[in-house]
Amino acid sequence: MKKLLALLLALCMVLALCACGSSSGDAAPAADDAAPAEDAAAPADEAAEAPADEAAGTIVIGVYEPLSGDNGAGGKQEVLGMQYANAMTPTVEVNGKVYNVELVISDNESSNDKAVSAATKLVAAGASVVLGSYGSGVSIAGSDTFAEAGIPVIGVTCTNPQVTAGNSHYFRICFLDPFQGTVQANYAHDELGAASVAYCLGQLGNDYDQGLINYFKQAAEALGLEVVTESFPEGNSDFTSYLTNAKNANAEVIFAPTSISYAQLIIEQAAAQGIDIPLTAPDTWDSNVILAAAEGTDLSISVSTFYAEGGDPAFEEGFKAWMNADATALANNGGNDTIAAVSVMGYDAYYVALEAIKNAGSIDPAAVMEALPGTTYTGVSGSIAFDETGDAIRDTAFIKSADTATGEWTFVAEQSVG
Amino acid sequence: MAGFFQANLPYILAGISVGGQYALIAIGYTMVYGILRLINFAHGDVFMVAGLVMVYATASLPMYISIPLVIAATVLLGFVIERVAYKPLRSAPRMSVMISAIGVSYLLQNCALYFTGGLAQIYPTIPGLSKSVTIGSATTKVVTLVTPILTIILVFALVLFIRKTKIGMAMRAVSKDFETSQLMGIRINAVISMTFVIGCFLAAIGSLLYFTNYPSVIPTSGAMPGLKAFVAAVFGGIGSIPGAVIGAFIIGIMENIIKGLGSGWTIFSDAFTFVLLIVVLLVKPTGIFGEKTTDKV
Amino acid sequence: MGKTLYTPSEKRAGRVIAVVLLAALYVLLFLLDNVLPQNSFTLMLIPVLKKGAIYSLICVSMNLLNGFTGLFSLGQAGFMLIGAYAYAIFSIPKAQHEAVYQYFHGGVIRFSIPEALQSVLGADLGAFLGAVICIIIAGLFAAGFAALIGIPVLRLKSDYLAIATLGFAEIIRAVFQWDGLGVVTNGSNLLRKYTSFSDIRVGSLRFTTVFPFLIATLCILLIVLLINSSYGRAFKAIRDDEIAAEAMGVNLFKHKMLSFVISSFFAGVGGALLAMYQTTIQAAAFKTAMTYEILLIVVIGGIGSISGSCIASFLFIACNEWWLRFLDSGSFLGVSVPFFRDGFRKVVFSVIIMVVVLFFSRGIMGDRELSFAGLIRRLKRKNTAAPAAADETGGDAS
Repeated sequence: MKKLLALLLALCMVLALCACGSSSGDAAPAADDAAPAEDAAAPADEAAEAPADEAAGTIVIGVYEPLSGDNGAGGKQEVLGMQYANAMTPTVEVNGKVYNVELVISDNESSNDKAVSAATKLVAAGASVVLGSYGSGVSIAGSDTFAEAGIPVIGVTCTNPQVTAGNSHYFRICFLDPFQGTVQANYAHDELGAASVAYCLGQLGNDYDQGLINYFKQAAEALGLEVVTESFPEGNSDFTSYLTNAKNANAEVIFAPTSISYAQLIIEQAAAQGIDIPLTAPDTWDSNVILAAAEGTDLSISVSTFYAEGGDPAFEEGFKAWMNADATALANNGGNDTIAAVSVMGYDAYYVALEAIKNAGSIDPAAVMEALPGTTYTGVSGSIAFDETGDAIRDTAFIKSADTATGEWTFVAEQSVG
Repeated sequence: MAGFFQANLPYILAGISVGGQYALIAIGYTMVYGILRLINFAHGDVFMVAGLVMVYATASLPMYISIPLVIAATVLLGFVIERVAYKPLRSAPRMSVMISAIGVSYLLQNCALYFTGGLAQIYPTIPGLSKSVTIGSATTKVVTLVTPILTIILVFALVLFIRKTKIGMAMRAVSKDFETSQLMGIRINAVISMTFVIGCFLAAIGSLLYFTNYPSVIPTSGAMPGLKAFVAAVFGGIGSIPGAVIGAFIIGIMENIIKGLGSGWTIFSDAFTFVLLIVVLLVKPTGIFGEKTTDKV
Repeated sequence: MGKTLYTPSEKRAGRVIAVVLLAALYVLLFLLDNVLPQNSFTLMLIPVLKKGAIYSLICVSMNLLNGFTGLFSLGQAGFMLIGAYAYAIFSIPKAQHEAVYQYFHGGVIRFSIPEALQSVLGADLGAFLGAVICIIIAGLFAAGFAALIGIPVLRLKSDYLAIATLGFAEIIRAVFQWDGLGVVTNGSNLLRKYTSFSDIRVGSLRFTTVFPFLIATLCILLIVLLINSSYGRAFKAIRDDEIAAEAMGVNLFKHKMLSFVISSFFAGVGGALLAMYQTTIQAAAFKTAMTYEILLIVVIGGIGSISGSCIASFLFIACNEWWLRFLDSGSFLGVSVPFFRDGFRKVVFSVIIMVVVLFFSRGIMGDRELSFAGLIRRLKRKNTAAPAAADETGGDAS
């Protein structure tokens, strides 16, 4: 027993040493990730490369994202956008001095109980500003840790109103659930021709799903639709019963704000059952996984999203080249180079952060926080400015539909709420 | 009655199909429990790994090689898990073995997470099984119809195997009394390995059918079917093969009928499975087909 | 297992050392909260310590049931969920109800115990007392539910009990997520803005790390006292042989129920502390995987060892959330390693767990306790070069 204790203690010490070592080791990854990319992303970084050598110091931008767990796939795509932006612009000039920008990535495992330690890792790394997270729940769970440390956070695609409400340190660059729910309801009514019944399907216990359904229902009922809502338990894989329920309810549209892996199953089973009710979904479904599942079926699938492909060809070309040059990046994107809207948002978030640092004229988190409300930036996804709660002022969403023959998104409309 | 059947046909069909797949997993649980008194928590994850192997195998190999390969790999995995994680703990307290099972389950899930990157993998379509057919008021996949038939054939084969062959007899002896059968010259390790091999073989078949029906594999794909199959095994009386099969069909059908009851009820489809289980356990504490055990002083 | 007997002087000395060490620990924690400079080491240390203390309590409560009474229950996550929700619901400030229950028109429970006390006793004392009262309420709710389901469930044996309790935990989760109860539980959405660790302060002095340690130590001490009482001996008798215990006149049902209810009470308290630590809670997090994780810690620490559960909790949390994080970052000591990518940490972690389980199947401590009385004897013996060697057993754990 004594031997065992000694062994364990030794193990702990080794690990503790490793931990100390890693705080210096942590510095490396962003630079390493950027290295292969620099070869591919030709134009911009030649200019940036030169001053990088004589940098005045390093500024840390924390990336608080899920890389594993339920939202791991989406989180990784969002990080890709930031990594690409970092590869394009690895330095920032503050008060005439050039700083290297280092991305420190912390995995919150899509889980609220890991949120505190994941957020603390970024505080410990000395982040000036933090980007993230994919998923509103973890964003709210990590929020207090950042607030206590006085670090501003820029939410990338967390759409729940509660993320920024009542906080002075949380900002976000995407639209909100009430907006998206209304957009979806209007689209279902105006474009898909739903006049009497809409069917909503969400995951039980998932605040994202339930929140959007709530707003969709409000808006749809105001338009005179009857809304049937159902929830499926976590880990459910058989959706045939739900789809049958939708058919029996004579639904004219199915609104399913689920995460990607459930979406894939819903599409598959809807196709197998020959469901001809149009499916519509929010930004989570804007993924190449959905396209792959929808290819070759007779379904009508549309999504509302932050960015429509083709919006900025130069950006897309560069991003695709960067991903194709890096096997890990390509794998994190699901194995092909289709650009997800969340990657675009991640890319824009990085530049908003740089803009705020420039405006602050300092790498001090408090100064950056003060500069953020007045920061504006025109990114790939449109122009970004913050209102008094820290939310982006956005009044349009892009609606795309899946072309089941070619497996690509086709742009349908820009929808806004009047 | 006919009206009810007509209206609920889609739900019943889905239930029978799910039940058949649960049954194939539940047999693995129940056989291992019968012999080792071990709840093999890793079984659901073995099922998930079988799905992943299929995804990766079909990426480079034709279907007629992939399917036997998947079955062989799954069987091998089950064998290795037993030898590495359970055999060294044969004399340890039961709780330790179970923790080892939970550990294996963690390991398999985390390895799957590492290799897939957490992205959902699309399961290949097996020609013939994925086609849609229409029966009465319901449209479904061919695999839905194949599953119960295949399940019943496999269960009959298994029961015959256990009744008629020498190793089957040894299995029955070991499950009755571990120590005595050892004294009688039964090679206990061979019997246990055989149990795992059979359990994993059926799990591999189950995974082929299940993922053809629900073609998306994520690292936690095995957790829910695994838990449900385990509940089915307890429901039917853990240790009893016909019990596990009947339990699996009952649970599969019940949960889909609950989903069909309309909004408000669907939330409780999983919870209801557990309520049903608890009620059965309270009325008959060893499950429907469980043997009554008496404590010896 | 034989219990080593100690002389009164050894016992006294052991107790003194334990108290001194505990006091030193609290001083250190207090310094950590207020005085010590914040660097990357202390910043990471604080959440790990907090969560470690909370998990210690939860694991000890599970050990009471599984290790000391021999009742194989897998319902811990469910009781924690009840505790966490009870705590949160009663301590959300009035002004925040509208924002938290955004889809349920502010909910139906429109009062907050800490807030009510704060208006009478002042901000600091009110928040502290309010939090303590809510924690006790959380425990009582969990215990009450345990008493309710204990009547039918405790008639079941071993694995059947396990699956029935697991089933109840899943049912609880589904019920708490149900929209119909949304006005109380907020349905599938988060509860937040309730009193958390950072609200526990005196003036400008912070007690964010001291508070969870205080509650956890107090609760673990109570459990130790229970185990060393006549009830505890009855529990152990039931664990070792039910029939023999019954023959000796131990009322099986009464004692099983007692153990079940008390364990659930402390699981509820642990859930409340976890809610305070996380600052937000959501029913979706309290899955069976959480129960498995706790069971894993209990077994790694040693079934039937309270100090083992505590040590294992801290090690487990530190490895999982701190020490192994570098494995995800793509490089080690500045050297880029290609297979160090997202998820590798978890693979290594599960391999470590397997190694511990396989090679130390009785856990870190077995069923022994860390005891200072035993330590003193060993030191003495070394000095007098006494030949015989005995294991250290019994005594008070801290």
